[in-house]
Amino acid sequence: MNVASRFRTLPETGESVQFTLDGVPATAPAGVTVAAALVAHTGAWTRQTAQGAPRTAYCMMGVCFDCLVEVDGTPNTQACMTLLGDGMTVRRQTGLRNLNGGHDG
Amino acid sequence: MAEVDLIIIGAGPAGMSTAAVAARGGLQVLMLDEQPQPGGQIYRNVAQNRAKRGFLGQAYAAGVDLVDALDHPGITHVAGATVWRLDKGPQVTWSRGGKSQTTSAAHVLLATGAQERPAPFPGWTLPGVMPAGAAQILMKTAGMLPKDAVLAGSGPLLYLIAAQMIDAGSPPQTLVETQTFTQMLGATPHLPRALFGLPTLLKGLGLIAKIRKAAVPRYTAASGFHATATESGKIQFSFRAKGRAQSLTCGLLLTHQGVIPGTHITRAAGIAHEWNAAQGAFQPQHDLWGETDQPGLHVAGDGAGIGGAEAAAAAGELAALNILCQSGRISSDTRNQRAAHARAALFRARAIRPFLDAAYPPPAEILAPTDETIVCRCEEVSAGAVRQAIGEGAQGHRQIKTSLRCGMGPCQGRMCDATLRGLLSEGRANRPISPPRARSPIKPIALGELAALSFPQEEPA
Amino acid sequence: MQQRTPEITIIGGGLVGLSVALGLLLAGQRVRVLDGADNDARASQGNFGLIWGQGKGWDFAPYANWTMDALAAWPAFAQQLQELSGIDVALDQSGGYEFFTDPSEFDAFEAELTQQATHLGHRARYEMLNGDDLRCQMPGIGPDVVGASFSPCDGHVNPLRFLRALRCSVQAMGGRVTMGATVATIRPQPGGGFALALADGDVVNTEQVVLCAGLGSASLAGDLGFITQVKPQLGELLITEKLGDRLPFLSSTIRQVDEGGVQIGGTKADAGLDDRESLRVMAKLAQHAVTVFPALADVRVVRAWGALRVMSPDGYPVYAKSTAHPGAFLVTCHSGVTLAPLHASVLADWILNTSPIPDLEAFDECRFALSHAA
Repeated sequence: MNVASRFRTLPETGESVQFTLDGVPATAPAGVTVAAALVAHTGAWTRQTAQGAPRTAYCMMGVCFDCLVEVDGTPNTQACMTLLGDGMTVRRQTGLRNLNGGHDG
Repeated sequence: MAEVDLIIIGAGPAGMSTAAVAARGGLQVLMLDEQPQPGGQIYRNVAQNRAKRGFLGQAYAAGVDLVDALDHPGITHVAGATVWRLDKGPQVTWSRGGKSQTTSAAHVLLATGAQERPAPFPGWTLPGVMPAGAAQILMKTAGMLPKDAVLAGSGPLLYLIAAQMIDAGSPPQTLVETQTFTQMLGATPHLPRALFGLPTLLKGLGLIAKIRKAAVPRYTAASGFHATATESGKIQFSFRAKGRAQSLTCGLLLTHQGVIPGTHITRAAGIAHEWNAAQGAFQPQHDLWGETDQPGLHVAGDGAGIGGAEAAAAAGELAALNILCQSGRISSDTRNQRAAHARAALFRARAIRPFLDAAYPPPAEILAPTDETIVCRCEEVSAGAVRQAIGEGAQGHRQIKTSLRCGMGPCQGRMCDATLRGLLSEGRANRPISPPRARSPIKPIALGELAALSFPQEEPA
Repeated sequence: MQQRTPEITIIGGGLVGLSVALGLLLAGQRVRVLDGADNDARASQGNFGLIWGQGKGWDFAPYANWTMDALAAWPAFAQQLQELSGIDVALDQSGGYEFFTDPSEFDAFEAELTQQATHLGHRARYEMLNGDDLRCQMPGIGPDVVGASFSPCDGHVNPLRFLRALRCSVQAMGGRVTMGATVATIRPQPGGGFALALADGDVVNTEQVVLCAGLGSASLAGDLGFITQVKPQLGELLITEKLGDRLPFLSSTIRQVDEGGVQIGGTKADAGLDDRESLRVMAKLAQHAVTVFPALADVRVVRAWGALRVMSPDGYPVYAKSTAHPGAFLVTCHSGVTLAPLHASVLADWILNTSPIPDLEAFDECRFALSHAA
């Protein structure tokens, strides 16, 4: 399900970085976290729990671990504690992570 | 890195204030902080926002002075550093960029701040439901404004965020508050003391006036929070207020029920903790200087008990003076003289707290939510399952944890410990409940990183 | 309401106490279990969940055979628990490995297994694999592993669900489990029976008492005339984030819980009652894990902890009847998971004296009498 972002990003000037979200190219202001970029791009889930429940970034400060996504191939990365880098590959996660990267489903 | 006299964990107001005073007093300070910029959550990104995002207000902008004071040759600030263990020594083990190391110093200050009190209700795990403070972090760090948002809960931060949203041109759709008239009335005996914190009080009234002026619809004494997702991904928020069932559809439901000290590191360090009944949270025991029962460990700021940013900065200064004294840099007379100013500031800053604690208590339905409510977000454990384990005889955090895995996920109980305590206390309010035990690593660390940890000198046999 | 005196009181609501309680309930007895405080040392809440026979009792034949009996009894026992409690303890008994990185330790363990086999006769089942054979079978095994033993009899359960399943089974059978009931002292009564003084001031009177209090037995055993002195042995463990896929092996030091997390453990230290985890041991456990299975390197540890094993002076179980105070029993061991099926069946017969159990004589505490006198 595609859900529009629940946030409006102020039109500020400044540098931007390119990344991909589930393979789709996207842009975000430089200096933001992966979690901020995620919720700026979608209002939908960015992680599904082991039981299949939809979740997305919640606390934004490293406490809740609901923002876990795959960043540059590393699963269960805390998106809110990771600065978005130019060229980063970000993937939403479904279910538990696997041993050699990737995840269920 | 040069020899370090003081390691400060956390670069919020308490940590920054300690660092400045200690460095000016001649100590070499290493400041470790998880975030990319100093400021803590309250002054998050404040130095980067100097000339922009004015909607965040004057009180926020004032935090830049604390950040600027870090520019001192005695202070090394390391951003993106996650402390995951404390040992006797004291010795701090921390991770940065996938590599862990240990650093020792004669003194360690724990200034790790607060987290928002978990506010569970059916639907709080849905995308579209978020703590109000989290939305504020997005405003501060990314210039992102909540769209079509309902603010729900209680406490001064709710008013502040509403006012910031109004000033930013994205006012909340509705304000739904849980505090009742009776609670407000019950808080009035604390008002005389709160007058010592008059500027804060007036600031709060100013925020409320701004919300009124913006004509944001407002409910009070609301209860029975329940959120579901609509087909288009919006949040359907239902609750009871004004004697009947209410329902709002919104893009974002921002909740807040106050903040509680983040105590994982202080508990893991073996510091004794006490229950603060007025604030409904555990906090590390400490003396008037922030010194704890563990050698070399001081605490300051909201992590030592909620007092707000100004109290944190004052407490940080007191801790720094005590550490300077213990390091032989100043006499105890000098320490005491220099402390007078900070003590007065601390008193003023804390004066309003009893009023706030009494006026905006977390509602019972948040502390001990309905059976269907998910309590442990990591392990997906419901309040009903916890009640069942209590029915089987569980009397403390540990038995519930081992019966249900509640609190055993990556957040290590940060999102459910407070609720577990509420459920354990149901019907037996006077039973003492020990704080849950915290074990290292207090934040997850890769096996490979742990395996690569090097130990410079062997411990004596 | 008139309160009937429970016939048999079990002190200790851990794996051992609850197993014994279940056995007595299944034998038709009325049972009450008194369990201690939430923050007591609880081996049952910190253990590794192994059902393990490799090497056990290599120098003590009765233990080798007792363990093998238990391994054989597990499938039916797990089924019974499921029926009584509705809880699946996730029994997986498809065999387990013991990995070695030191050739001399590998050789020494083979000698122990050979010795153990002489006690077990036709029941002995194990094989030794050198490093290369092992890596052929399981390509993910690290190059520094020199060899492994394998026994098809070994396995594991989910230890926390097992504890809860036992407690719920006991409750389902009508057993009364009282938590937060720490027994402070035991007073044998002149005409028989016992008065158990609780820490909160209450007194529980009982005709028979079985002491299964783990490390708590240390202070209570003397009250009943027992001479066994149990001691704590610290074991440290790590648990990782959950994995969606399965590790290809179970070993005595690395196991994947059915829920997905990988547990790493097996250390032994004498640290008194200090059960804190230590940095050096955490690093050592992590090194072991990535040496055995390098792909684990990027898997995150979410928690480390220490737990205290309950060790008798020679490390073997103690099943003792008090001669000074008939009606008092002592049951203690550090294999509360492995031996549970027997504790929940054979021990009831032994306590009730319904059938002669000659095997158990070897586990009487009289074996410590000499050292105790000295």
